[in-house]
Order: sequence, then structure tokens, then C-alpha cells
Amino acid sequence: MSDSLRDMFFAECEDLLEALSEGLAAMSDGTHDAETVNAIFRAVHSIKGAAGAFALEDIVSFAHQYETVLDLIRSGQLDPDAEVMRAILRSSDVLADLVDAAQNDRTDRPDAMAPLLEQLTRLADAAPAPIATQPPEPEAVFAPMAAMPLTLAPIVGAESRFRIRFRPERALFDNGHDPLRLLRALSALGELTVDCDLSAIPPLGSFDPEESFLAWDMTLTGDIAEGEIRGVFSFVDGLCTLSVEREDDEAPQSTVPNSPLPQPAATPPGEAETPLVNADPPPDPGGERQPVRAGGAAAANAGPARPTLRVDPERVDRLINTVGELIINQAVIGQKIAALGAEPNSEVMSDLDDYRHLARDIQEGVMAIRAQPVKPLFQRMGRIIREAAEAVGKEVVLETEGEMTEVDKTVVERLADPLTHMVRNAVDHGIEPAALRTERGKPAEGTVRLIAAHRSGHVHIAIADDGGGLDRERILGKAVEKGLVSPEAKLTESEIDNLLFLPGFSTASSITNLSGRGVGMDVVKTAITSLGGRVSISSRPGHGSTFSITLPLTLAVLDGMVVTVGDQTMVLPLYSILETIRPQARNVTPLGRGGHVLSIRGAYVPIVSLAHVLGLASEPFDPTRSIFVLIRADGSQPVALAVEAISDQRQVVIKSLEGNYGRIPGISAATILGDGKIALIVDTDTVVAIAAQTPAVQTIRDKEPDHEQLAALG
Amino acid sequence: MSVSVLAIDDSRTIREMVSRTLGDAGFDVTTATDGKAGVAAFEGRRFDAVVTDINMPNLDGFGVIEAIRGGRTNRRVPILVLTTESGPALKERARKAGATGWIVKPFEDRAFVDVVRRVTGGA
Repeated sequence: MSDSLRDMFFAECEDLLEALSEGLAAMSDGTHDAETVNAIFRAVHSIKGAAGAFALEDIVSFAHQYETVLDLIRSGQLDPDAEVMRAILRSSDVLADLVDAAQNDRTDRPDAMAPLLEQLTRLADAAPAPIATQPPEPEAVFAPMAAMPLTLAPIVGAESRFRIRFRPERALFDNGHDPLRLLRALSALGELTVDCDLSAIPPLGSFDPEESFLAWDMTLTGDIAEGEIRGVFSFVDGLCTLSVEREDDEAPQSTVPNSPLPQPAATPPGEAETPLVNADPPPDPGGERQPVRAGGAAAANAGPARPTLRVDPERVDRLINTVGELIINQAVIGQKIAALGAEPNSEVMSDLDDYRHLARDIQEGVMAIRAQPVKPLFQRMGRIIREAAEAVGKEVVLETEGEMTEVDKTVVERLADPLTHMVRNAVDHGIEPAALRTERGKPAEGTVRLIAAHRSGHVHIAIADDGGGLDRERILGKAVEKGLVSPEAKLTESEIDNLLFLPGFSTASSITNLSGRGVGMDVVKTAITSLGGRVSISSRPGHGSTFSITLPLTLAVLDGMVVTVGDQTMVLPLYSILETIRPQARNVTPLGRGGHVLSIRGAYVPIVSLAHVLGLASEPFDPTRSIFVLIRADGSQPVALAVEAISDQRQVVIKSLEGNYGRIPGISAATILGDGKIALIVDTDTVVAIAAQTPAVQTIRDKEPDHEQLAALG
Repeated sequence: MSVSVLAIDDSRTIREMVSRTLGDAGFDVTTATDGKAGVAAFEGRRFDAVVTDINMPNLDGFGVIEAIRGGRTNRRVPILVLTTESGPALKERARKAGATGWIVKPFEDRAFVDVVRRVTGGA
């Protein structure tokens, strides 16, 4: 099977798995309506169907058993109680794992697969479905025509001569069959003579053109088995009167009209009269032929699918890029017209205003294409919680709110890891064991809530648990022990809570396989900061903790501060800026070789000359002639970035440099300002990292007591 | 003139597969993403055969067959049902609705093409 088909299959699986978890989430919330259960069933069913074509046996057999249970729920034969829900939720995880394994050409099976299969089988068998206990349905095996004698009947040696009478019924025509094609197929088997019986045709007056009046008497000679002949008529079984006799036989071999095809297995009663013969693939050794409950498809009608348009993301990105140019072009024209002396209230200026509004509308519209609801992301967290809760033996449910909130696709994608980490943390550290919860008068089952909302041009995401809240004493103790704050430091509650985000901080006293691995919340913070976002934590002892994330709506525009560095205009991302400072000479102290520190409210912050870090300055750095922008990058300590002037604060369109120019350390992207000049956007994280090698920063990091104050600053 | 087939399936993988298999065999294949779209496509053009999935959103395969058989034009077109379901009751229902034949997924390319040839007499 070609690779592109395979890719298509896995892409489709992704969508289907998403639909599956969406449906299961709705079911967990108590929605058991036919539409929901149907959508779930169909997702699993479609995965199974396509997986079969790629011979992905594990997926097929697992999906089959899964689907069987879902079908029983769908038909009301199985009550989706807590146990069943758990089983079908875990099954969706296993199915996702199987798909993932297949995609990566792995053959390993998820550990949970075998026990789940067993459980699904047990659930299916326990369901009070009389039909469920039927033996596997015997299938008439359809093989390619040429192979038919091998599978359907013993080969009859040498010449045989058959007398065939075929009288189609009206239903044969109604079902789209054409006798002529059947006769042609017969003639392909051997030498055919045909005699058309017109005797049943009524006088023209009573002739119904839709009725069937013809019959054919034929003889067929050749090295043919009866099965081959019946094979030709397999689709019209029950739609005609057919008799096939071998002439050299003493007794007619078969004269029973409508008789089913000779089959390898017995035909169950009830099907004998009117079988619709199948064109099935050869029997599946993988155990695919399991009882399929009838009646299920009665409810196969389905929920409305929201029509969507699939677009290559590259096209959208190109469009976004072009719209960015449009916005810039608009700004350039605006400045030029203003420079020509147009009055603010003049017609041209009001036209220009319209132009600006239209351009912004287009931009918003294009951005909306990239926007995706956080729903799939939130739903993925359902699985994380299930697994985490299972691993630590707690009962935890996920509640979501505002899952239709839309965020840029890239943001959604890059939020997955930090969110996973926080959710795991909430289950591992936040939610108390059931016994303790009961003791505290809380429900034994803990709750983790994911909330998304749009607020003032930003996306807010909160991860809230109803656990024990942060143990501030322990956090502070740990921070002191690790030398992150001094024992004498006086920190507010919020400052203590946010110590969690300091690099290297981890409160887990034992390394569990959940949130251990030495990865702390600082990684979360880094990931969110890199998206231009911020994260903070608040906590109430005994009531739980809430992580709050604020993210920009899009990665295509940026709130920035326009500054002058050397002879260049540059943009600093606003999210990394803490404050701007015009220092007095006495606040700047030389330190080490050529280094300087800035004293702010009693704390010392290393000064970094942006011009020098970026190699734009030829003269030695003179801090007294600078303006400082206090930034904090990468969740680390603040740094005072020295620039020559601050000119403006505005939204800029981000233009990637990497495609055209390659990566430049310290520069994340570029933009075009209203005057048509290009301005580079500073990558503050990298600048701080580069600056960390300089003497001043090194020295100040070695000065132990200052750490506490620096931590308190940010 | 090439033989035209309308393939209706909500799985894009299967649609593509059917499309390629029949296309390679010389059929002229049109696809539709669900029953409703399939019936609409059918009404817009004369097809020599229809291959339809059963389990689909909006309108399932039975609905498709009933719509075509109860329609005004080309209502005796051969309709093949392509599905993973193989229960006898389902087949009976499809046949009652007017299905011409039945192919169970996964299919072998050759067997599939043979069946479509058989009901269309072409390509």
C-alpha cells in the first residue's frame, strides 16, 4: 500500500481518535444520547475498517472487540455504568497507542491491551443479548472469479454440460442487475447457447415495462464446476428462479429455485430463504470474524458532521504573511500621506482609516483560520489524568470549561507538554489520597478543572485542582535548602507559591514515575514564556491550587517596545519586560572587568548592553548614557538591558527570518515599521543566555545573598 | 466511454483507496463524503454504478440505496455496499433496500474490481 495512503490513514485516525475522545468525554458527563454513542461507535468502526486495508491486525482485532461493546451500549443492551465507562475510556487510550505504534512501525502492544480485551469480551458476553451468543456467521466466501472453483466446489474434471434455466424476477432489475451481464459472465466460463423464452410476455395493452417477463434457457459446455455457475448468480440469489442441471447426470443436481450458494459452512436458519451473497475477502486468520450483533446498524444514522475545509497549513501561513505585508503597507502609506501634509480630518485620511479597518478585519479573519479550539487538547488531558490517577491510586475526574475557546494552532500544539506536566502535578501532588480527602470532608474523588477563556485580547487557561493546596512551609524550606532564597528572606505567600517556577525546584520528596524525572515547573514556565505567555500559581491551603496561564491570541503579531540600539531600531517583546528605568548615576556600580550592576530598590541586577551582546557597538559601553529595560527571560533572574532610547510601544507583525536568512543568535524575527524600515525583534531569552557569560552577570550570580533579593524582584 | 462509479464513504482513506483501485482499473470514479452528499452527487449526474459505505453520518448506506431506488432517474443503477459489517440482518436489510451486491472491507483490489465489473459489465 502506498505511503501517501498510509499517511492519509494515520491523519484520518488522528481525527477519528479525537472524535472518539470527544464523544467519550460527553458520555462521561452523562450524555448517553444515540447521537453521541453513534459518533463514538463510528469513530472506532472507521478506524477498524481502514486499518483492515493495511493489515494492521492488532488494531482491527482490538477495535472489533471495542466496537462490539460500543454497539451493545448503542442498542441499549449494555448499561454504560462506571465499570463500562472506565473500560471504554481505557480502550480509547489503548486504541490510540496501537495506532501510534502502527504509525511508527512498532509491533509492541500496550500493556493494558490484553486485560482490556479480556474485559471487553467479558462485558460483551455478559450483556443480555440473545443474538450475541450466536456462533460466528458463516460467510459465503467470495474469491476472485478465477479462484472460485477452488473454494466453492470440487473441480469436476473435463467437459461438463449444464442446462440452466434462469428467470429473473422484477426485484432483480430493481436491485440494479442486468441479465445480459449475467449471461456474458456465463459465456466467459464456456460455450454458451442461449434461448430466450418470450412466452410470458403479455399483450401490449397489459404490458408493464417494469415487470419481468423473460426467461432464458441455456446450455453451457466446458470444464466447469457447478459452483462457478452459481457464483455468477451469487448476487441475484433470491431475486430469480434458477436451476442448474448437469446434463450427463442421471438426477438433476439442483433444481431448487433460490437455493443458496453451496457454502463451506452451514447456513443458519432464517438466512436460507433470501441470502444476499457476499463478496467477502478470504477468511481472516486474525480472528476478525466474530459475531457481529445485528440491529446495531439500525441506529447507524448519525449526528450532523460540521462541514469543514481542509487546507494545507502552508497556504494559510502564506496568506497570513501576505496580510502582514498588507498591514505594514497600510502603515507605510499612512505615514507617507501624513508626511505630504494631509489634514487629520481630510477625506483621504478617513479613506485611509477605512483601509486600516479593512486590513485589520482581513488579518483577524485569516488568523481565525489558524485558530483552533482547545477542546482536543483538553480532552487529551482526560487521558493523562486517568493514567496519572491510576498510577498513584487516586480517584480523579476532569472537568472542562470553555473548551471551544480558540487559540492559534501552534499555541495549542506547544501547550500540550506544559499542560500535561501541570495536570500530572495536580494529580500527583495536588489531589490528596481518598482517605485524607474524606477525613477533610471532601468528596473522595478529586477534581481537576481546565478552564479556557478569552479576556482582553489574550487567552487565559487555568488548571485548578481541589486538592490540599501548596505546602508553603515545605516550599520555602526546600527553596532555602537549595539555596534559592536566603533563610532570612521575607516572601509574600504568592512569592512563595511562585518559587515553584524557579529552575531546579521540585517538591517531590520521592521520585514517582509521574512528575519526577527532575523536570520541574521551570520547564513549564519556559515553554509558556516561549509562546509569549505568562504563568502564575495561586493556592488556598486545604482548598486546592490554580495555575493560571495567559497567552497571546496569535504568534503572528507581537506586542513590542520599539527601542534604539546603536544605529538600529529594534523591538523588545513586551511579555518579557518587567519595567523601564532611567537610572541615576549613583545606581550604576562597576563590577568585575567591565561589568556593571544596577541597584533597584536595594537589589542588584546585572546590566547587559544590548548593542554589545548583538555586536552593534564599536565604542566601550557607557551605562550612564543608557536607558534600562528590566527584562526577565527564561524564568531566570532579571537583567537590565541597556538601550539608547525607547520610542514607542506597539503591535508589530512578526516576519520570520529563518526562511530567508537563517537563525541569528539573539534575534527571533523581524518586522517592518510604519516608516518602511525593518526592525529586528530581540530574542530576550537568548540575549540573557549570551549575557550570562559576561563577567558582571557571572559575578552577581556568585554573590550568594543577592539571590534572595533577585528572586523576590521578579 | 468510460464507466462511471460514484463511491460514497465517510472515511477519506477508504475513499482514496476505492478511487485508486477503480481508477487504476479504468473506471471513472467520483467520491462523496457521506450519504447526503452521495445522493446529491448521484442526482447531478448519470453514474453506471454506486459503491457505498453503510455506517455514515447524515444519511447511512441504507438511506442512500432507498433514495436512489425511490428516485426518478437511473434508479436501477447497480449499487454495491462496501462495509465492514457482515451481519446477516444487515445484508438482508440492504438487499431489501435494493443493494445489488456486497463487498466486505478490507477488500482485495482484484476481487473488488471484478465485482464492480460484474455489475457494470464494463471497464
